[in-house]
Amino acid sequence: MNGVEQALIGGVSGGTAILLPALGELISERAGVINLGTEGAMLAGALGAYAMTESSGVIWYGIIAGVLAGAVVGLAHSWITVRRGGDQIASGLLLWFLALGVTSVFGTDYVGTAITPLSNIAIPGLHSIPWIGAILFDQNVLVYAGYVLVAVIWFVFYRTRVGLILRATGERPEVVAATGGKPQLVQIVAVTIGACLGGLGGAQLSIGYVGNWFNNMTSGYGFVAVAVVLFAAWRPMRVLGGAYLFGIVLAAASVLQAHGVSVNQYLLDALPYLVTLLALALFARRGRSETPEALTRSLSRSG
Amino acid sequence: MPQRFHRLSRVLALAVVGLLAAACSSTGNSSAAGDSGSGKTTVGFVMVGSTSDYGYNQAVYTASQQLAKDMPNVDVITADHVPENNAVTQTMQSMVNKGAKIIFASSYGYFSYAEKFAAAHPNVIVLHQGGFETGKFSPNFGTYWGEAYEPVSLGGMAAGGLTKTNKLGFVYAFPISQTIANIDAFELGARSVNPQAQTYLVNTSNWCDPLKQKEAAAALLSEGVDVLSQHQDCQTTVIQTAKAAGKYVVGYHYDAKSLDPSGWLTGSAWDWTPVYEAITKVAVSGSFTGSKYNANWVGSFADNDNPLTLASFGSSVPSDLQSKITTAQTALKKPGASVFAGPITCQDGSTLVAAGQTMTYDQINNIGCLVKGVVGTLPKS
Repeated sequence: MNGVEQALIGGVSGGTAILLPALGELISERAGVINLGTEGAMLAGALGAYAMTESSGVIWYGIIAGVLAGAVVGLAHSWITVRRGGDQIASGLLLWFLALGVTSVFGTDYVGTAITPLSNIAIPGLHSIPWIGAILFDQNVLVYAGYVLVAVIWFVFYRTRVGLILRATGERPEVVAATGGKPQLVQIVAVTIGACLGGLGGAQLSIGYVGNWFNNMTSGYGFVAVAVVLFAAWRPMRVLGGAYLFGIVLAAASVLQAHGVSVNQYLLDALPYLVTLLALALFARRGRSETPEALTRSLSRSG
Repeated sequence: MPQRFHRLSRVLALAVVGLLAAACSSTGNSSAAGDSGSGKTTVGFVMVGSTSDYGYNQAVYTASQQLAKDMPNVDVITADHVPENNAVTQTMQSMVNKGAKIIFASSYGYFSYAEKFAAAHPNVIVLHQGGFETGKFSPNFGTYWGEAYEPVSLGGMAAGGLTKTNKLGFVYAFPISQTIANIDAFELGARSVNPQAQTYLVNTSNWCDPLKQKEAAAALLSEGVDVLSQHQDCQTTVIQTAKAAGKYVVGYHYDAKSLDPSGWLTGSAWDWTPVYEAITKVAVSGSFTGSKYNANWVGSFADNDNPLTLASFGSSVPSDLQSKITTAQTALKKPGASVFAGPITCQDGSTLVAAGQTMTYDQINNIGCLVKGVVGTLPKS
């Protein structure tokens, strides 16, 4: 295995922890709700998955617990923002703080313990393709879930009536209501499913990749995920590319160093955030047509 | 609806504040302070991470609990997960409010806070773990540490003796002098038994970030490294990664052999209990000011008081290598012996220590060069 291959393997594996919450955020934002609580959903998912796996010994239960823990954060966010008309940014940030505090308290017992993380499953046939096989088809089940979800989300968005209603809710909720749809319900479901994927992303960190739990172990990946959605102009395929790109940059930093190449770690650490700021600046100028029109707007109770 | 929202937001805000307060006080995890009126002295310990990290903080916590057991006239209060910012000052203040007369600030980044706190609280004795005061000491302030690189070089011997690829990996957090000295000592130790051994570096810019540790360890393994070591606060992830790959690991801070008995070679483990007890005794007796602890106190093998000790050997270390390592330990205990005894050259070929000379602790504490055999560079700030 050489360094480039390792950077790509690590990039896909670590990138999955950004891809899953980013796909969740994509669903949520397409329905018109921005969820900065994604970081909180990831933390909840990471701890929920770890705690369940550690106590039950069954890693599948852990994955389910991670998803459910994310769902709790999503339900809270959708209740505050959709049902009660609360500010989306404020609610998301507060839920993140809350999740950080709560997981720190309840996670104390698990710090320092370890489980065997999800093992890699080589896909017969595909994994022996030179290069690509080792990078894409000898990974754990959550990485594969990422591939499937991108395809499913793309299909639902652009080829089904459900997807049309979802996207319409994010653009013109009044039209959805006028045609007999329930935009609030769509948003609640979208935010909750989105946060479930955030929880799954957290599970990829705690039980998928490293096999232990630490306070604040997501260390900003949820915010990177939100940035990736923005950067990808709300398109599923671009979200996939963006998430893996971030993952590869992170992994490449280690690989380059191990290879004896001098890198400026501090600059690399700041890179995701610099890129995000740059994306914000660029999209503020051109992105009007790409942004879901009703994003961050509260719907009236009658809607 | 706006009114309803306002009411709701107030309720929510209260709930959030309440929960956060609960979270803070609980992570602040202060165990009960005894009544300070009964002639007991309250001693506070401030830690940056988890008390069960199999690393730096667990070593501090374990020793603080031993202190409470050994000295019946002492009450111990602890706080963990205290970040290296103003929270340190707040935590120390709340400990003083609970009656603490002696405070051990145990993380490297606490230094400036501890120093200022001591100056502002002349009746409280403040000690900082791992710092080095270059200015004037307040009469109630001191730092303490050990010549960490001594046992680290012994761990390097184990790594050098067992590597098949001659490539050793070292995961570190920040390019501070303590760490540079450890990296150099590790490589020097490895080369003393295996002249071909090289140490590959990856940094994580964080004392405990499991994801970065995992990536660092995976990158090193892909480079052909077959023994991993590290200077991180928590070591579970690196040990797990080595274990999963069937490679060896040399630990730091805490004896974590139980995590991987066959992959664990040895390591360095803090035994802070004698230091904490000695300092507490001096402080309680009222003779702290002017004592050796009202200074930069550094334990060493030569003085037989190094708080960093050689950890237990794993099952993979053959007995002849074990005896080689313990012999080297005995040799380091002789006066004048040093890990940094010349001739030692830097990566760029310049001389770090000339033949026949040894570095002083002050020099090692300001070390800026990686020795020959270390692969990698230090990030520049």
